[in-house]
Amino acid sequence: MKNDFVVLGSLRNQLATILTGGAALLAILLFFVVRGYATQIAQEGQDNILSASVSSILDAAVLRDGVVELDFPYASLSMLSTSADDRIFYAIYEDGNLLSGYDGLETGLGASGNARMFVSAQYDNATVRVATASRTLIGADRSRQVTVSVAQTQDALAETLNRISRNVAGFGLGFFALATALAFWGTSTTIGQLSRLTTSVTRRGPQDLSPFLKPVPTEMVPLVRSLNTLMARLDQSLKQSEDFIAEAAHRVRTPLATVRSYAEATFQRVQNQENRDALRSMMRAIDESSRAAGQLLDHAMVTFRAGNLEREDVDLDGLLRDLVQRMTPVADMRDVALYLDSNAPAILQGDPVLLQNAFRNLIDNALKYAPAETSIMIHVQTTPRIRVDVSDQGRGFLLHEIDKLAGRFVRGGDTEGHIGSGLGLTIAQDVVNAHDGIMTLSNRQEGGACVSLQF
Amino acid sequence: MKYLLVEDNFELANAISSRMGLDGHQVDHAAKISDALDYAKAGEYDLILLDIMLPDGDGRSFLKQHRAGKNDTPVIVLTARSQVSDRISMLDLGADDYVTKPFDHAELQARCRAVLRRKSGTAQPTTRIGDVEFDPVRGHLNVKGTTINLRNRELRLLELLMNAKGQVFSKQKLVDRLFSYDDDVSENAIEVYVGRLRKHLEGSSVHIRTLRGIGYRLDHEE
Repeated sequence: MKNDFVVLGSLRNQLATILTGGAALLAILLFFVVRGYATQIAQEGQDNILSASVSSILDAAVLRDGVVELDFPYASLSMLSTSADDRIFYAIYEDGNLLSGYDGLETGLGASGNARMFVSAQYDNATVRVATASRTLIGADRSRQVTVSVAQTQDALAETLNRISRNVAGFGLGFFALATALAFWGTSTTIGQLSRLTTSVTRRGPQDLSPFLKPVPTEMVPLVRSLNTLMARLDQSLKQSEDFIAEAAHRVRTPLATVRSYAEATFQRVQNQENRDALRSMMRAIDESSRAAGQLLDHAMVTFRAGNLEREDVDLDGLLRDLVQRMTPVADMRDVALYLDSNAPAILQGDPVLLQNAFRNLIDNALKYAPAETSIMIHVQTTPRIRVDVSDQGRGFLLHEIDKLAGRFVRGGDTEGHIGSGLGLTIAQDVVNAHDGIMTLSNRQEGGACVSLQF
Repeated sequence: MKYLLVEDNFELANAISSRMGLDGHQVDHAAKISDALDYAKAGEYDLILLDIMLPDGDGRSFLKQHRAGKNDTPVIVLTARSQVSDRISMLDLGADDYVTKPFDHAELQARCRAVLRRKSGTAQPTTRIGDVEFDPVRGHLNVKGTTINLRNRELRLLELLMNAKGQVFSKQKLVDRLFSYDDDVSENAIEVYVGRLRKHLEGSSVHIRTLRGIGYRLDHEE
């Protein structure tokens, strides 16, 4: 179906984009925060051990006879051993002069007292973490400043950090996936409310203008309210026009009924042939106009409903049974018997009002042309397909015009003297077409017309 | 039979009453729903003919109140509308049948008969002349213990003759009553039906006499 309005963007896409974009941003933020925090914690751990190592070396420093002696335990360095076999460097200075260890270690000079100093630096082509501390040894002659630096490469730390990063990245991705799934679910649920409203409005039949009463979320209340107002207005104007048609029909048909009743009563009383003929013409004219009006309205109704076909399960057996009961008095008047040969439900997907109208027209036709004391047979067959035959014992159709009879306002060449509008078979044909069926007119071998509707 | 006609158009009501009178029926006329409800309560009617559009409301509200009052007198609606949905809603509300204005009186009579036949669980008023008993609603003729099912035209002819025992009916009058103005039948067609009735009545005390050049008359031997 082509839209005759402009479609701009999609609520679902907008919502989904915002929600997944937000989730991605949060996931990235989470990654960096956790990674930064983990780095900080890991670094603190390394610093603590380095600091302990430096302290244990410093503690071993003594001043003996004015000479600084430093015999630090092996454990001072072995405590730094790691799974990644990190390399360790140390340097001991006395008043700024290297006493022992590796030269050129960044010490963050200026450190004084017991204060610890940590710096990251490059040494021997590797990034190292250096802890430095000083101690002042007071001797008899003068005091000496002993500074100790211990450095360690950061392979183990980097490994740990990489592991944590991988885990955090995995966690972030998982979070992102979950958030995206939730976003889509949330979007679908929200849009689903709209879709449900749309479906329930779309599924309505053309006659259904009742207000929408199912619960809706607050945001949709204005939409539903204006929808309901629109439907109420439509309903009212439809009712008004229906009332108008009813009133018009009443005004026209009641006087017609008066004229017809008087004409009939008079017809029963008068003897004069001329008067009788006049009264007969009068009744015929009234019947013809009333029948034509009815058929035209029916035809309009059939055209409308066939264009907006509402299908439901219709039991043709029950429908025809009602119809036969309804038409039996008319058949009785002419001493025509109406038989329904159907013994099982014949369920058809269709519009009961249309189907009833089509069959009424067929039976009506049969009644018109059936001679007195004959019978009309309505045969219902359910397999292989549903098929209804309406046959009479009249004179049948004229073969040369059988193909044209279903046309609008076409009447058979032998129908002189019968009241009709030429719309009966047209209505039946339209109804059958709307139900994807076939209507066939034929003459029975035993004589009489047969109209078959196959669905 | 006794009918209650609820119709606000006096002209139509008169026309219907006078046409019904021809068939020997008695018709009471109410022009408003309120009157109709009073009539329906007070009188014993065989059938109610109801117009749908009335000055003090919709005929459908009469139907509702009528049925609510446990009154099961059958109702036939006279409607100006031919839309199927309207018909269905009227049948849903408890009307037994309907005819669309303008209507053929023979059809109205046929529908009344069908409705009464459907509704009558119990005994129906029968006409008895001598050893002949006639049930016009069911179309049963009982002659000396044998029940015969009459065809519709036979039954209408017999009803006409029995309701006016001793009265002479011309062939033309009988043709008018039995056939539609639209049926192309000669007056001789009536002879077939008279012949059949005579056969059914054979051996009874009721006879259909031919008055040459005048018509037929139903006589009863005492």
